[in-house]
Amino acid sequence: MNLRTFLLGTCSAVALAGLAQAETLTIATVNNGDMIRMQKLTDDFTSKNPDIQLEWVTLEENVLRQRVTTDIATKGGQYDIMTIGTYEVPIWAKQGWLLPLDNLGADYDVDDLLPAIRSGLTIDGKLYAAPFYGESSMVMYRKDLFEKAGLTMPDAPTWDFIAEAARKITDKDNEIYGICLRGKAGWGENMAFLTATANAFGARWFDEKWQPQFDQPEWKNTLDFYVKLMNDAGPPGASSNGFNENLSLFQTGKCGMWIDATVAASFVTNPKESTVADKVGFALAPDTGLGKRGNWLWAWNLAIPAGSQKTEAAEKFIAWATGKDYLKLVAEKEGWANVPPGTRTSLYENPEYQKAAPFAKMTLDSINAADPKNPAVKPVPYVGVQFVAIPEFQGLGTAVGQVFSAALAGQMSVDQALASAQQLSTREMTKAGYIK
Amino acid sequence: MARNVSTRRKLAVTAVAWTIGILIFFPILWTFLTSFKTEAQAIASPPAFLFFDWTTENYFEVQSRSNYFKHFMNSVVVSFGSTLLGLIIAIPAAWAMAFAPTKRTKDVLMWMLSTKMMPPVGVLVPMYLMFRNSGLLDTRTGLVIVLTLINLPIIIWMLYTYFKEIPGEILEAARMDGASLAKEIIYVLTPMAIPGIASTLLLNIILAWNEAFWTLNLSAAKAAPLTAFIASYSSPEGLFYAKLSAASTMAIAPILILGWFSQKQLVRGLTFGAVK
Repeated sequence: MNLRTFLLGTCSAVALAGLAQAETLTIATVNNGDMIRMQKLTDDFTSKNPDIQLEWVTLEENVLRQRVTTDIATKGGQYDIMTIGTYEVPIWAKQGWLLPLDNLGADYDVDDLLPAIRSGLTIDGKLYAAPFYGESSMVMYRKDLFEKAGLTMPDAPTWDFIAEAARKITDKDNEIYGICLRGKAGWGENMAFLTATANAFGARWFDEKWQPQFDQPEWKNTLDFYVKLMNDAGPPGASSNGFNENLSLFQTGKCGMWIDATVAASFVTNPKESTVADKVGFALAPDTGLGKRGNWLWAWNLAIPAGSQKTEAAEKFIAWATGKDYLKLVAEKEGWANVPPGTRTSLYENPEYQKAAPFAKMTLDSINAADPKNPAVKPVPYVGVQFVAIPEFQGLGTAVGQVFSAALAGQMSVDQALASAQQLSTREMTKAGYIK
Repeated sequence: MARNVSTRRKLAVTAVAWTIGILIFFPILWTFLTSFKTEAQAIASPPAFLFFDWTTENYFEVQSRSNYFKHFMNSVVVSFGSTLLGLIIAIPAAWAMAFAPTKRTKDVLMWMLSTKMMPPVGVLVPMYLMFRNSGLLDTRTGLVIVLTLINLPIIIWMLYTYFKEIPGEILEAARMDGASLAKEIIYVLTPMAIPGIASTLLLNIILAWNEAFWTLNLSAAKAAPLTAFIASYSSPEGLFYAKLSAASTMAIAPILILGWFSQKQLVRGLTFGAVK
């Protein structure tokens, strides 16, 4: 072998190695049950796309939010696909940070996506993120406790009924509390619940001119009702309870009712984790007869950051993970009850799914009843049911959440809390230039 | 002069010390115990202390879901690397301030410490941009550099305090014998300051191992150390306390064992110079 043949051979070997080298997609995601399942099932994707490899970065929701926001705002380019919420999508799309998903393939069937979820992810007619799973909120209640108290839960209860039932069921001596609701401060914790509930009471965050509305009677009714109800029928220390704390209270049989994310349904009905798995019933989130139900709308979505070099591969993955076949794949491997809910109409038409998931109809009805573009009884200048889709909301929502949490803990009165919320939101909104 | 300490007093002090020790250690013990429970037992109320069905299922689950070894190696490289690099810079710096002080030395020391007073998130975006532009995002080199920088003030301060205890005359004697500056530091100063350097080293490895702001924000998939490994098991929607506990136990075990074996050094170093 002379030098030329050797060089030629080396060159072609290097070239071949380059060709064979797979493209690696780095995917940032949250540590939720459905996402973990997706990671386990990725062999199906990589066997169909041997030229694409996947690398996962799983983080806790708040860490992930900070992490991906820093990266996308500085165009850091660390992630090829990001898992983001319904809150981020419209804000980021307007900033030009996300790529529109135009090439999800012929058999993706965009029209099958639930309209309420899809509308939250569409800006100027373009889809900027594909929903992986969607959720709303609903009432979960203990059928046995209701029976014992001689109560029947209607499919669409009112807040008055909920309050009456909660007080009736409460048996503090035996550590049974009529109702468990979020109280932990945070824009995604107590404020998600309270903002959605306020919608049902006719309240709104801002009027059409972005003036905060905490000085209006509707907010006073909401907060008064909530604080009194929780004092009479809620668990002790409720001001530090978030989703997880309430989930653990409900699963250990300490709550008569719990109003929270529909995704909780699969946890509380799982006999491996829940002591009350066979005693749980579901109902729509309550209203007050004003035409809005206090149910929210949220979805975890997959999106591609603008400037990504691996758009084609990323779109292939998103089409796989949020497509119809993925639902079938999960059903095949883990059963229909574990299929990611709340994204596709066809799933809810599937008789096998309806049979396996007793909460299916209620989830769909709750999602369909939410209207992010018209969340409140009165007109509002913002989008979002349990949040206000403006960048300032994370900070503002958490600050207001802290005073409301203090009101629940009895550290200040409802009036003081509302005055303080009004003052700090007026200041923030003026500073941010919304109030001229 | 030795004092007479009554047995009663001794007993009381021992009891107080044990109580404080157990209080501080309890969360770690609880995490350890929870890691052997099922998810349902982990949230049970009243909680079971020792009498539950012990299971290692969480450890298998964590093992199958994430690459522990990769995160572990990243943690080792980053914490040891940043500590060694820090010492290489800090020993000469502390020497200069301890043995050749100027009238600005105290100010320089205060200025160095003042960099620790700013909340790190305040410089996150500029740091992120610098890392992006120099291609250091998600690299071990990048994490070594940033951890060296944030721990440097502490290393210098600790070493400075130890060096101050060493009589300057010994170094002078070495100089009289014709030792060069490098030889003076390496052969005379360093051996005498070994306890101080050892405890600085250990403390700094622990600090770097546990650092969770920069390591999480400047890494993604490749360089992510054990802090990212733990963060991937925490969830606001879903109760995975048993798995989270298993992940935490696996993440803190190496540094806990290291601390255990070297506690004599650590305590000796930290109290060095306190008793004359």
